[in-house]
Amino acid sequence: MAEDVVIHIQRRDNPDSGGYRQTFRVPYEDGMNITTVLQRIAARPITDEGEQTTPVAYDACCLEEVCGACTMRINGRVRQACSALVENLLKDEPEITLEPMTKFPVVRDLLVDRSRLFTALRRGKAWVEVDGYWDRGPGPLTLPADQEDAYPLSRCMSCGCCLEACPQYNDKDDFLGPHAISQIVLYNTIPAGKGIADQRLDALTAPGGIAACGNAQNCVKVCPKDIPLTTSIAKAGRDATIHAIRRWFSR
Amino acid sequence: MAEQRVVVVGGGLAGLACAMNLAAEGTAVDLVSLVPVKRSHSVCAQGGINSVNDVTRQQGDSEWKHFDDSVYGGDFLQHQPPVKEMCDWAPRIIDLLDRLGVTFNRSPEGYRDQRRFGGTLYKRTAFAGATTGQQLLYALDDQVRRWEADGLVNKYEYHDFLGPVLDGNGVCRGAVIQNLFTMEIRALPAKAVVLGTGGNGLIFGRSTMSTICTGSAAARAFRAGVKYANGEFMQVHPTAIPGTDKLRLMSESARGEGGRVWVPRKPQDPRDPREIPAGERYYFLEERYPTYGNLVPRDIATREIFDVCVNLGLSVEQERLCVYLDVTELPAETQHKLDGILEIYEKFQGVDPRVTPMKIFPAIHYSMGGLWADYAKNEATGGLIEGHPRNQQTNVPGLYAIGEADYQYHGANRLGANSLLSCIFAGLITAPAVMNYFKGVKGEPPAKLLEDAVKAEKKRGDDFAKCGGKENPRQIHAELGDVMTRNVTVVRYNKPLEETLEKIDELEDRFRNIGCPDGGSWTNQTVTFIRALSDMLMMARVITRGALMRDECRGAHYKPDFEIPGPKSDDPAELHQQAEAWCRAFQERNDKWLKTTIAEHNGGEPSFSLEDVDTSLIPPRPRTYGLKGAEIIEKVWKDMQKKRAAQPAGV
Repeated sequence: MAEDVVIHIQRRDNPDSGGYRQTFRVPYEDGMNITTVLQRIAARPITDEGEQTTPVAYDACCLEEVCGACTMRINGRVRQACSALVENLLKDEPEITLEPMTKFPVVRDLLVDRSRLFTALRRGKAWVEVDGYWDRGPGPLTLPADQEDAYPLSRCMSCGCCLEACPQYNDKDDFLGPHAISQIVLYNTIPAGKGIADQRLDALTAPGGIAACGNAQNCVKVCPKDIPLTTSIAKAGRDATIHAIRRWFSR
Repeated sequence: MAEQRVVVVGGGLAGLACAMNLAAEGTAVDLVSLVPVKRSHSVCAQGGINSVNDVTRQQGDSEWKHFDDSVYGGDFLQHQPPVKEMCDWAPRIIDLLDRLGVTFNRSPEGYRDQRRFGGTLYKRTAFAGATTGQQLLYALDDQVRRWEADGLVNKYEYHDFLGPVLDGNGVCRGAVIQNLFTMEIRALPAKAVVLGTGGNGLIFGRSTMSTICTGSAAARAFRAGVKYANGEFMQVHPTAIPGTDKLRLMSESARGEGGRVWVPRKPQDPRDPREIPAGERYYFLEERYPTYGNLVPRDIATREIFDVCVNLGLSVEQERLCVYLDVTELPAETQHKLDGILEIYEKFQGVDPRVTPMKIFPAIHYSMGGLWADYAKNEATGGLIEGHPRNQQTNVPGLYAIGEADYQYHGANRLGANSLLSCIFAGLITAPAVMNYFKGVKGEPPAKLLEDAVKAEKKRGDDFAKCGGKENPRQIHAELGDVMTRNVTVVRYNKPLEETLEKIDELEDRFRNIGCPDGGSWTNQTVTFIRALSDMLMMARVITRGALMRDECRGAHYKPDFEIPGPKSDDPAELHQQAEAWCRAFQERNDKWLKTTIAEHNGGEPSFSLEDVDTSLIPPRPRTYGLKGAEIIEKVWKDMQKKRAAQPAGV
């Protein structure tokens, strides 16, 4: 494949300015991915019409789909840019379109501010409350089958793909989001985390918790790490219901 | 009311371990990171973390053996007390991570499972699938989030560390940072600053490192007066997936679980590898190193792969150097333990490695060298004095360095799965060290000191943004990476190293005529890159000059012109003599070169010196790893040591 790759990019100079589209043409390279395309544009920021412009701003870090930085919409679908191979994209569409996520405020071009995603993890108390960091021996025994259940959930890299795809997640609502629900389930499942399980369930039964999930099941379809999000959500729903009933009876 | 605040720069394993330990003891932390901390480069670590454990102990293992494996692996270049302390702490560190909820793989009864890793014969490596760095980092990230919720940690994510602020006495009183969205520059006053800012693989263009691993934070500390040590010791990992943007790591754990490295005996054999029978495959690591096999330490594996491809012409492909890493013969449940990394190969190469052998080649991976960091030796135990303010402190009072950014623990070559350990260890022990340090720090830094530092950095940034020259910064970076990869990685010769220095001169010259395609003052990623580029050029020079000066072979630093020729004779008497000559040459080489390379910035004209190494606990010995034919060296060396011990003192 010796042809140039044509890319349309949805740009915005800053949060207060208007959006605009630019088209670039980049020579194809074997094994090329979208982050490489953006690097080539940064090295030669000239549009298809020959206009000198600024490099496109974007978020990227590991380039191997383990850090969650380079989330964006590519040909309308949310995914990581580093694992989006140009060769595969061109099988479906002759030209590539890059747009920022819509569920987070745009900082510039393809770079959005995902801090709300991390705040949700705080609400869910997704951590183990240890008795300090002094040596107290190992953690509890964990059967391999239980580790096999927990490990996939621990691979969540907070990329936000699930939030982009979720119809319930928007800036008018306080929904925790599938990623945070799954982290709550992870910490409630592992033996080390059981100590404050109730507090996490409080977060789930509060406004914006599990009740806000509409069961669209988009999240599990777009998760780049194939995390069984809907399984987590189903478990969370069950645990939250039991928790709410227990709480009600203990009043 | 003046608060005790510590600035921690870098949110990887080292930075987070330090921040969480400080917060747990009530010290407020300002945590600065280029990216949201859970995207730090630690997340890329795959294989696991080392410690002696209940099972290996019963098999004859001990913390002392872990210590010995580590310094033998490092070719004895590292100071030994910190390594001893690290190995002694390792079991409790992994226990702590267990309590923090890391989803380590488990044995059938539910205990932590272990695998074997390079440079050792014991299964010391605890792991979580093949993505261990991720799980460790996320556990620490979650801990720090808890302290953030409690108000003890304040995060400055998407912020660049521009440099430390030093007062008139040369003491570090804070840090200058830049918001990468607003481009606003400000100073954070601090009782102490801790740098856990990772390695500098981007200097080589393509590596296994992330795009943030420019080493610029360390470079900025260097510019401010911190010594930089052993810069020339860059680890080249033997097995990475070739690629245009990045050389993606294929973890040592693939070999730890039984994966085998081989090439077809027939050069560029056109057959599908699965059709090539075992007899026509050259399993070169297994044949040359019968004891350690595929798990020889990384520098040895890298040189062997290089040798097989470049000198023997046995690369699998003609146009691209590579060898096979084969996990196809492993049982499915073993392959399952490696899912995380096999997925990476499949995603980026489009081929399933469970069915077809992977093609891999060495890549720049880790910086053993880094900022000079001190330690306080405990003469009684041979380890460290816990909580001593000198632990991990640089030569600038109040400025500490930890993790890959420091130069301790790994010497001339790092053992696999020792880095996750050294980062967390250094992070944890620096918290009490820093707290004991700032007991002696009175008052706030004068406001003018901070203002002036901010002004200086603002001017620097504005100057970069205004640059209207004709040179393309990305092009300069590409050429830097190219020359460094060609001349300063696996095999080094003095003439190409000198030519590299000339090329760096040329690039620095062209840098002065740089053009910045983005003159804006909002989220200007180009200016941030240009700042980092000036740092990378400076450190490339430090690395290359260190390599040029060091005329020996040690660990990852390999200069064939100075290799001590091995004994080869068929006649036993002559062989013995050759081995004696080898041992004498080995001793001479150690007398001259078993020292740390120290670089100092000196306001622009870096100077170099050598510093003695503490090898008082384990005497250096020849590093052969059971290489076939090397038995004679080990025998002769042992005899020579016995003779020496038997001699009266003073001879």
